[in-house]
Amino acid sequence: MEENKVTLHGVWASPYSKRVELALKLKGIPFEYVEEDLTNKSPLLLKYNPVHKKIPVLVHNGKPICESLVILEYIDETWKDGPQLLPQDPYKRAQVRFWISYLQQQSSGQLMLIIPPDVMGSITSDGETQEKASKELFEKLKVFEEGVKEFFPDGTPCVDNNSVGILDILLVSLFGAHKVQSEVLGIKIIDQEKNPLLFSWITAITELPVVKEIIPPHDKLVAVLHTIRNAGLKSPAALP
Amino acid sequence: MADDQVKLHGSWVSLYSFRVIWALEIKGISYESIEEDFLYNKSQLLLQYNPVHKKIPVLVHGGKPVCESMIIVEYIEETWPHNPLLPRDPYERALARFWVKFVDDKGPAIWRMFKSRGKEHEKAKTESLEMLRTMEQHALGDKKFFGGDEIGIVDIAFGGFAYWLGVVEEVVGLKLFEDQAFPRLHAWSNDFKQVSVTKRNLPDPHRMLVFYKDVREKLLGFTSS
Repeated sequence: MEENKVTLHGVWASPYSKRVELALKLKGIPFEYVEEDLTNKSPLLLKYNPVHKKIPVLVHNGKPICESLVILEYIDETWKDGPQLLPQDPYKRAQVRFWISYLQQQSSGQLMLIIPPDVMGSITSDGETQEKASKELFEKLKVFEEGVKEFFPDGTPCVDNNSVGILDILLVSLFGAHKVQSEVLGIKIIDQEKNPLLFSWITAITELPVVKEIIPPHDKLVAVLHTIRNAGLKSPAALP
Repeated sequence: MADDQVKLHGSWVSLYSFRVIWALEIKGISYESIEEDFLYNKSQLLLQYNPVHKKIPVLVHGGKPVCESMIIVEYIEETWPHNPLLPRDPYERALARFWVKFVDDKGPAIWRMFKSRGKEHEKAKTESLEMLRTMEQHALGDKKFFGGDEIGIVDIAFGGFAYWLGVVEEVVGLKLFEDQAFPRLHAWSNDFKQVSVTKRNLPDPHRMLVFYKDVREKLLGFTSS
């Protein structure tokens, strides 16, 4: 077997998939990418992830690792070159893990597409439910912003290629496409005035060349989002 | 010394609290235990330490709070590396973390089963059974414990749910965790309760029964489904 062979089974529109792609690229790890068709899952995928049958799956020297956050920690522990995805200090690690858990907490887990789970409530319904969902999202983001302020002592996030961490990766996977989402939904997902820290943080991350490389093109994302929205409005149960 | 002091805000009825207790005990770390009435009367300190979720357990180390039981366990593991709870090898660690996540994602079905009736209750029952089946089939293999010969992080994560499930079964009046259906898990459960750290640190089942019967009555107005 090829030494250090790395394969990523993913889906182009999945935020979970994108996280792993980003981590691999940041660490400079060469890998083969396999695009899975979720409506027709490959036998390999089913063999690698018999419990959940989901992407992403990272295969390293023939051994599969599942669950995006587990994969990110695995990558951080296995490849020491490139930025450290998690801080060294145990207390700081606990804080980062706490905020990751917070952001993930309402994950429906079912829709492996570009819409953050919180926004799902928004796009599959109209009027009152959408407003409620968007209010809840805003409140959640406010708590997050307040909570992570201590990570940025001088008030502004400083993100460069060498210091991208797991929280940056998570944010960009969930909200990197917020402008697209806002465009399709007609509501502001991340408001520059109401969430200034988050807005500038996400903007800084999405400006990084490595991130620009992996974010799908604007039009493709808009198209997918419209498709999901239309399917969802007709019948949420029809969504994959 | 104030710098090193370890305090645990928890509750004798919470399995999440016990995860932290087991981790601390395995590592032989001295700690002060602060009992919180988390259902009916949370302390000011707790609300100050965990303003986001307002939940127990919270570990306070040198005055700094750590929240979320499995995050606390990983913190304990990294701060006091002796008597490790995680394997050394990154791949084995990834497998352990996978199962910890699985337990945390699926485990709450047991609570939903406890707190509900009718359709919701039936759905939660199905989910609880599915969780047990998956763990029986995929998680343990031929090992004595999820951690191998000694208990590890997955045993700590799941141990509480397995024990609490027994209480829930009795309060609700059903039987999910049958030995014939789950021989591996049953053997594991018996072994787990015999480990000295857990044996010395499990809540009294009778007391638990009384407590949870009362909670269910308050929630639903009766005990059996």
